[in-house]
Amino acid sequence: MIRIEKLHKSYPIGKDSLHVLKGIDLHIKEGEFVSIMGSSGSGKSTLLNIVGLLDSHDEGDYYLNGQLIQNLNEKKAAILRNKFLGFVFQSFNLISYKTALENVALPLSYKGIARKERLKIAQEYLEKVELGPWAHHLPNELSGGQKQRVAIARALATKPKVVLADEPTGALDSTTTDSVMGLLKDINDEGMTVFVITHEEEVAEQTKRVVRLKDGVIISDELTSIGKAKAKAL
Amino acid sequence: MKFLFDSDTWQEIYGSIRKNMTRTVITIFGAFWGILLLVCLLGAARGIENSFNSLFGDFATNSLFIGGGRTSMPFKGFQEGKQISLNINDVDAIKREVKGIEFVVPRNATGGQVTHGFKTANFTVFGDYPKLDKVQKKNMVYGRFINQNDINENKKVCVITEEVYKQLYDKEEEAVGSYLKVNSISFLVVGVYKAGQFEGNTSVHIPFSTFQLIYNKVDEFAWMMVTGKSGFDIEQVEFDVKLLLKNLHKVHPEDNRAFGGFNLGKEIGKLTGFLTGMQFLTWFVGIATLIAGVFAIGNILLITVKERTKEIGIRRALGATPAKIKQQIVLESVFLTLLAGSFGIIAGGVILMLIDAADTFLVNPTVNIPVVLIAFLLLVTLGTLIGFIPAYIATVVKPIEALRDE
Repeated sequence: MIRIEKLHKSYPIGKDSLHVLKGIDLHIKEGEFVSIMGSSGSGKSTLLNIVGLLDSHDEGDYYLNGQLIQNLNEKKAAILRNKFLGFVFQSFNLISYKTALENVALPLSYKGIARKERLKIAQEYLEKVELGPWAHHLPNELSGGQKQRVAIARALATKPKVVLADEPTGALDSTTTDSVMGLLKDINDEGMTVFVITHEEEVAEQTKRVVRLKDGVIISDELTSIGKAKAKAL
Repeated sequence: MKFLFDSDTWQEIYGSIRKNMTRTVITIFGAFWGILLLVCLLGAARGIENSFNSLFGDFATNSLFIGGGRTSMPFKGFQEGKQISLNINDVDAIKREVKGIEFVVPRNATGGQVTHGFKTANFTVFGDYPKLDKVQKKNMVYGRFINQNDINENKKVCVITEEVYKQLYDKEEEAVGSYLKVNSISFLVVGVYKAGQFEGNTSVHIPFSTFQLIYNKVDEFAWMMVTGKSGFDIEQVEFDVKLLLKNLHKVHPEDNRAFGGFNLGKEIGKLTGFLTGMQFLTWFVGIATLIAGVFAIGNILLITVKERTKEIGIRRALGATPAKIKQQIVLESVFLTLLAGSFGIIAGGVILMLIDAADTFLVNPTVNIPVVLIAFLLLVTLGTLIGFIPAYIATVVKPIEALRDE
């Protein structure tokens, strides 16, 4: 699903440049539940941005769903994001003046789905994250965990190939963290590829595969206990 | 263009406008004020123009009056102080010799005691040709003005003003067909007209030929009205006519007192120039205000776009193409200018109505619909163009940077 080969990325800082990613090789198959672990500055957010087509890479190849990503303009990137990717952010990034339902329906409108139809789909996904009754509430009327569940519903609504979650539990307490991770796990169990970025060991443990990044290189890539159990079961 | 009829597009615009009502109101106020001012100024300018027009009323605006006076220089053996009387032959000569003449209308006048039944008053009695109606339109209330037949047959008929009618007749008494005694001679009233503001309103007109016979004027007359054809400079016409008359009456070419007169065309020209200047000023101020208003909209939208960087980033992460984002912002700008323009025009119209009702010196202050439409179109076009600036700014930021914005 995601194949990255010898990926390099550096940011210019004044005259110098900061080499953030130094040759990343990563292959994520369909249906995997992967977490990227690393301290801040390890390059994990940069990696997610490149995978999420929000940023471009300098060197190396990136295949998304078998398609080589290169020379993307903003328009193509936007269309690919809409088609293949669902985003979940640390700070939820819901649009404050739209209700939960409208927030979930928003990516569907960029897909060109008619209003009636997409509100119906959005309602289904809100039910799925157990927020059906909250459909007509504005984000500031929801708790942090609820907001993140709305964001997850929004990420899922377009039926993407991959859900990208950037510190999805970073702003949540431990109870809600567990419920959000549980939700991501359920989604993965239904066959969705989920790609989580975190610096919390407890979060990473709930995924099936942990990739550890340090200073722009992968230092380890192994299955978690859950992942091993799953692999054994197969 | 399909997106214009898409309820989603408008839903989005409604949403983002409703989100901050204060901002929206302040934004549109500038453009609203601009078009309001333009409408009011144009209306006021029109009102002043109308009030001038009603003053000159039905005068041909390119006309001049010439009458005989006394010479102030000796010439060809004549002493100074010679009385000049205009002559019927002068009229033909002017028509024949001077270029750009439309009408030459000789007139005579004298004071007269006018009696109807037991009522008597003193009015001015004019000896006139039917052509007077061409240079100084008579708004007939009853009957007709003097016609050629009256002239040919030296008929004893007269045309009076409404004021004369009021003074000599009882209410609802029929004037046309009745007789008036003018200096003891009976005249049949054939018409009543409403006098304009610029002419005397106590006039009695009798045929020119009749006047000549009664007052023994032979071929002489008091003054004449000359109108120039459109496109001819009325000052040049005046100069040519006077030069010709000086020649005919053996007056020194540089004697400026032999022929008196008033060049109405020239005076009206000055006023028209003033009005044109005022109209130019109106447009200038109005359009400048309009542009300032549109810039205010652009400015606020720019701030809004900065404020909404994050939202725009989210939308783009979710798959909004730059074109889609631009379209929304430009449409917001267009919508706001449309709204501002409509309110401005309506409010301007209401103010003009109030001015009209208040009975000021402005007569019927109105604005032409096409002019308003042009201003409106200009506003919306400018609104669209100005909308492209924030729209461009909105998409120039990479979504990743926009998302990072807190």
